Amino acid sequence: MIHSLFLINASGDIFLEKHWKSVVSRSVCDYFFEALERATEPENVPPVIPTPHHFLINVLRHRIYFVAVIQSEVPPLFVIEFLHRVVDTFQDYFGVCTEAAIKDNVVVVYELLEEMLDNGFPLATESNILKELIKPPTILRTVVNTITGSTNVGEQLPTGQLSVVPWRRTGVKYTNNEAYFDVVEEIDAIIDKSGSTITAEIQGVVDACVKLTGMPDLTLSFMNPRLLDDVSFHPCVRFKRWEAERILSFIPPDGNFRLLSYHVSSQNLVAIPVYVKHNISFREGSSQGRFELTLGPKQTMGKAVESVLVSSQLPRGVLNANLNPSQGTYTFDPVTKLLSWDVGKINPQKLPSLKGSMSLQTGASKPDENPTINIQFKIQQLAISGLKVNRLDMYGEKYKPFKGIKYMTKAGKFQVRT
Amino acid sequence: MLNHCFLCRNEDLKEMLESNKESLKLEAMKRIVGLIAKGKNASELFPAVVKNVASKNIELKKLVYVYLVRYAEEQQDLALLSISTFQRALKDPNQLIRASALRVLSSIRVPIIVPIMMLAIKEAATDLSPYVRKTAAHAIQKLYSLDPDQKEHLIEVIEKLLKDKSTLVAGSVVMAFEEVCPDRIDLIHKNYRKLCNLLVDVEEWGQVVIIHMLTRYARTQFVSPWREDAVFDENSEKTFYDSEEERRVDQSKPYIMDPDHRLLLRNTKPLLQSRNTAVVMAVSQLYWHLSPKHELSVITKSLVRLLRSHREVQYIVLQNIATMSIQRKGMFEPFMKSFYVRSTDATHIKTLKLEILTNLANEANISTILRELQTYVKSQDKAFVAATIQAIGRCATNISEVTDTCLNGLVLLLSNRDETVVAESVVVIKKLLQTQPSQHSDIIKHMAKLFDNITVPMARASILWLMGEYCEHVPKIAPDVLRKMAKTFTSEEDIVKLQTVNLAAKLYLSNSKQTKLLTQYILNLGKYDQNYDIRDRTRFIRQLIVPNEKSGALSRYARRILMAPKPAPVLQSAFKDRDRFQLGTLSHTLNSQSNGYLELSDWPAVAPDQSVRIVEVVEPVKEAGAPLLGKSKPGKSAEKFYSDSEEEEEGSSSEDSSSSSSEESESESESEENSDDSNKSSSSESDSEKKKKTLKNKKLQQQKPDSKDRYWSHSVQSHLFFLNKFLVVFKFNLRCIALLLIIITKLFSIHIVLSFSNQFVASCRCSLLRLCVFLACQFDAVSWHVRVSLQASFPVFVPETSHELLHRMTGKGLSAQYRFTRQPCIYGNSMVSLQLTLSNSSDQALENIHISEKSSTGQNIHHFNAIGELHTWTCGSVLFSFSTKEDEFSVSIQPAVGELLVPITMTEADFTKEQGLSVWLTNDRLGTGNRFKNSHLLKYLKRLICHAFLLCYWSMPFLSENF
Repeated sequence: MIHSLFLINASGDIFLEKHWKSVVSRSVCDYFFEALERATEPENVPPVIPTPHHFLINVLRHRIYFVAVIQSEVPPLFVIEFLHRVVDTFQDYFGVCTEAAIKDNVVVVYELLEEMLDNGFPLATESNILKELIKPPTILRTVVNTITGSTNVGEQLPTGQLSVVPWRRTGVKYTNNEAYFDVVEEIDAIIDKSGSTITAEIQGVVDACVKLTGMPDLTLSFMNPRLLDDVSFHPCVRFKRWEAERILSFIPPDGNFRLLSYHVSSQNLVAIPVYVKHNISFREGSSQGRFELTLGPKQTMGKAVESVLVSSQLPRGVLNANLNPSQGTYTFDPVTKLLSWDVGKINPQKLPSLKGSMSLQTGASKPDENPTINIQFKIQQLAISGLKVNRLDMYGEKYKPFKGIKYMTKAGKFQVRT
Repeated sequence: MLNHCFLCRNEDLKEMLESNKESLKLEAMKRIVGLIAKGKNASELFPAVVKNVASKNIELKKLVYVYLVRYAEEQQDLALLSISTFQRALKDPNQLIRASALRVLSSIRVPIIVPIMMLAIKEAATDLSPYVRKTAAHAIQKLYSLDPDQKEHLIEVIEKLLKDKSTLVAGSVVMAFEEVCPDRIDLIHKNYRKLCNLLVDVEEWGQVVIIHMLTRYARTQFVSPWREDAVFDENSEKTFYDSEEERRVDQSKPYIMDPDHRLLLRNTKPLLQSRNTAVVMAVSQLYWHLSPKHELSVITKSLVRLLRSHREVQYIVLQNIATMSIQRKGMFEPFMKSFYVRSTDATHIKTLKLEILTNLANEANISTILRELQTYVKSQDKAFVAATIQAIGRCATNISEVTDTCLNGLVLLLSNRDETVVAESVVVIKKLLQTQPSQHSDIIKHMAKLFDNITVPMARASILWLMGEYCEHVPKIAPDVLRKMAKTFTSEEDIVKLQTVNLAAKLYLSNSKQTKLLTQYILNLGKYDQNYDIRDRTRFIRQLIVPNEKSGALSRYARRILMAPKPAPVLQSAFKDRDRFQLGTLSHTLNSQSNGYLELSDWPAVAPDQSVRIVEVVEPVKEAGAPLLGKSKPGKSAEKFYSDSEEEEEGSSSEDSSSSSSEESESESESEENSDDSNKSSSSESDSEKKKKTLKNKKLQQQKPDSKDRYWSHSVQSHLFFLNKFLVVFKFNLRCIALLLIIITKLFSIHIVLSFSNQFVASCRCSLLRLCVFLACQFDAVSWHVRVSLQASFPVFVPETSHELLHRMTGKGLSAQYRFTRQPCIYGNSMVSLQLTLSNSSDQALENIHISEKSSTGQNIHHFNAIGELHTWTCGSVLFSFSTKEDEFSVSIQPAVGELLVPITMTEADFTKEQGLSVWLTNDRLGTGNRFKNSHLLKYLKRLICHAFLLCYWSMPFLSENF
């Protein structure tokens, strides 16, 4: 299936290669570089590139292209999904997935890749199994290893691959048993010029951090499971139980994992927590443009809107922007024309605003496109859809775990058209 | 110099490897792996490295393996040194060591060791550990690519491994099967059911491979579930509620889905919930290629969900949706907004979304789509704007209602400042005008005016062509344009020059008086042009249009040649012919057949022998299918209903008193009685006789196979079939009714809801048949507008009383009663479930009781509309008629208002919120209601009423009893 993998950085250097079958020359990447040159933006490189003898399937994450070389028919999503899984694993192991991190840990990377694919077919992609096979590097372990000469590679071969619950390793022990669940919801919305919602939907995830001894069997129930319209589960969730009783029943993996992601049914009206008043105008014949932006809270259920960040791609004709924020700081990059304004928290009594003028190229006609405004924000302790966890029960173990639930609402792709 | 350094370093590494210290060796290996990762050649260290293959240190050993696999091909002789180590490890008691030895051994691409590998694989394939067997499955592919001559032996191993029952092995062996012998479909037969049942528990990557393989398999083994008549297809999303029986009844030759086909569809469905996007896509393509059209809608939501994923995933999924949306608009229409473009999307994502939006456009939604497209035109991404204009053009040609609107919009764009926008609009307008030129001479005039300002060659050329083609419509302007062109001819682009020559020729033919000189001037200019194309064209045109002694017959036809009516270009989707490829494949993505693509065969006309899939050995009962059916809620309600009717019967009908108290004994005694009965009444009509026999047979069939799940679908099928004789499923109109489904006896509870009990009383000569049917009706006037966030609670009290629907006197023996079950309806919030009890009190068996379609459709569609306009909410009634073989009885159900409400439990806070909402409704919306059209007003009224009832419910929770 997957023949080879090349890692290419933003400046177009191949800094790592790995082959699972016979070696494919790195000159195959020339086709990729061609496509890269043709693309105006790094994101515009087509994910699947045909070449005379191979197919290149690439994903771009953290400004690194992961280019897989394929020789024959294979479902492209299979490869794409796998590549993303590789990136997730790297991130899990090294904290960040950057060129430097990969270069520093090249041996671990190689060991990981070796375990993840056998002859191009995925073998062990479950992070729990991998972590048993190859211990993630930590500073302490590196120091100890250099002194004692012991290794990163697990002395015992993993049991997970053989068990019926491959996602959980056996013999887990904690002194403090705890299970935390984060319900994080993202609002994707497009708001039109007049402030009315064109489309809005809520996507949510339940991320878990479970540190429990032994083989606990958990059930999690919601107050209002009918809200969940379309769900996808971690493989540990018993699907039949969900179908029948709308209860999540599972033996959790050890550590952090995504239990569930869901979509809230679209019949529900989505509460839009912020509104934007904007006035961006260019006058014909003058080299000045007006820029006014005011943010305000709306339908926040009494919670504060925090970490607000506004960004907008201004028209190419704009040379500079001279703005005055009532709070926070703003930056304008004259090269990329990207305006970003770090607002912080919205105070309902004193609404944050950004006002001022933009200078345009003299002589050039007024730009006829309208910039869109992208907004990011966070609201703590609120799941905007109203989803509530009812209770969490544990079976199979004697001790009493510490349980915690946290709710958060974030902006996903939240755009305001002007 | 550099080379020297490198050698030095290698020397250095060699020393380290040959030292005695483990840590030094490890350090050296780590550095070597670093070299390999960078793509540098480290092959000359082979002898030094290979010595460490038997090291005790696991990490060191692993790194040596990495090295070995990388360079063995280049250093074959030296690689052989390591083989004995692996051979020893293959006998290790630890399964994981055996597995890893096999893994490395098979990865060493040295032809000499093929026999050793073959032996190792054969041995590993019978290993006790499933993990080792999995590794063996992987090794099969490696050996096959190393030496294809081993194919026959390898197929034997594959055959053996396919029989494996472990979920670990399944994915890998199917992968090997796909690689080595994808055409040996016969190997799958016996394993088909096992694979279907194991599928849920196989690891995700294996699932993808198995699903793709099974898709191909199913296309060769089952007959097509798709019906011929396209009309049905068109509506099939809307007739979502239609049950399977209907299709069968409608068809002249009833189609019965192979139970194995059904098994595959059923077992893959839960995988739509997988977190792995590849699995979701695989299931989606399976449904697309295999499921009956009306079941397709289940995949829509999941596909739309994938759009939230990474950019690359979006790209592939959107491509597949684009192909699907051409054939089946309805699937994605409700999710249209998910395809709205965001300014942050990558360009190829944007164009795909546009493509889909254009595919989805129809008369109803075109205005929304056009409004959306209008905002895209203002985008900063000019390539995207150009694509948008193309899309508008396509909408305009596909939907004739909006052609004018689109044209006007495009004409406005002509004054846009951006050249690419203008050029694209001109090109699209040209195409549009070609379809209906006569009405649009003003647009052509407008374009002529703009001509001076447009500089993009393609656009200029397009305008010139338009002038020439429709010079009759603009007789005054065209010569003037030609005059201007004559001035600037030399400085134009080639493509513009060519069109100028064309324009000149056409004008010469239609209006030679004004343009003769101009034409000759232009032809002269063209004659000496640098470009030979233009010189050629000029020469050709001159010969054609200017009559002289040399030119033959051709010039007489010049007018007919040049002014021939030209067919308008067809604007169609680029994804039009993509469906020749299996969805979700690489070939589909690239729209060209890629290496190793396996074509999906067409459905066979006659299904191949089904019995090949029957496995002789009785397998332990799999849990897979059963709980899904037994546990689901509707099943429960059906069960409950069953016991209800039991009580009822005992109370009401005295003849039934002999019927047993417990269900089990009943069903058994029944069949006995039944046989008695049939003996006794042997003299009576043969028809009814036959029927009873079938009944009896069914009973017997039910009892036998209860635990063997592979049989159950068979008997269900026959049941369904049987039931068809009684009940023709019907639809009133798409919105109002969905019906009637299946059976419950003690042995069977199926998640579809009809229940049915039959009782034969020995003492009585006539057969009494009692039939209970669950109806789900939507009373159109009031539907649930209760917000979904409020959870409907179960009814506190369900009245036992049933209402008369058809009296036995009027019904000539057939009587019908109905009762509201107050259970949530499985067909959706806007439906009410209804229990219908049919009983026969006549002497003769009544046959073919069904709800007649003819009368009901006609009448009811009308009726419902009437209700809609009356704005009533009290008494939406369902009218239909019963037919038996001879007679037809019209009946109607008038529900009390209370039956149409959902009971709700809510907290006080929620209540206040809802109350607030309804207050807002009354104050604001009703006040301004006049402005809304009637239909809008109606909607608000409905909501208002619902809110009112909500309030009612809150204040009087026991009110429901009175309804």
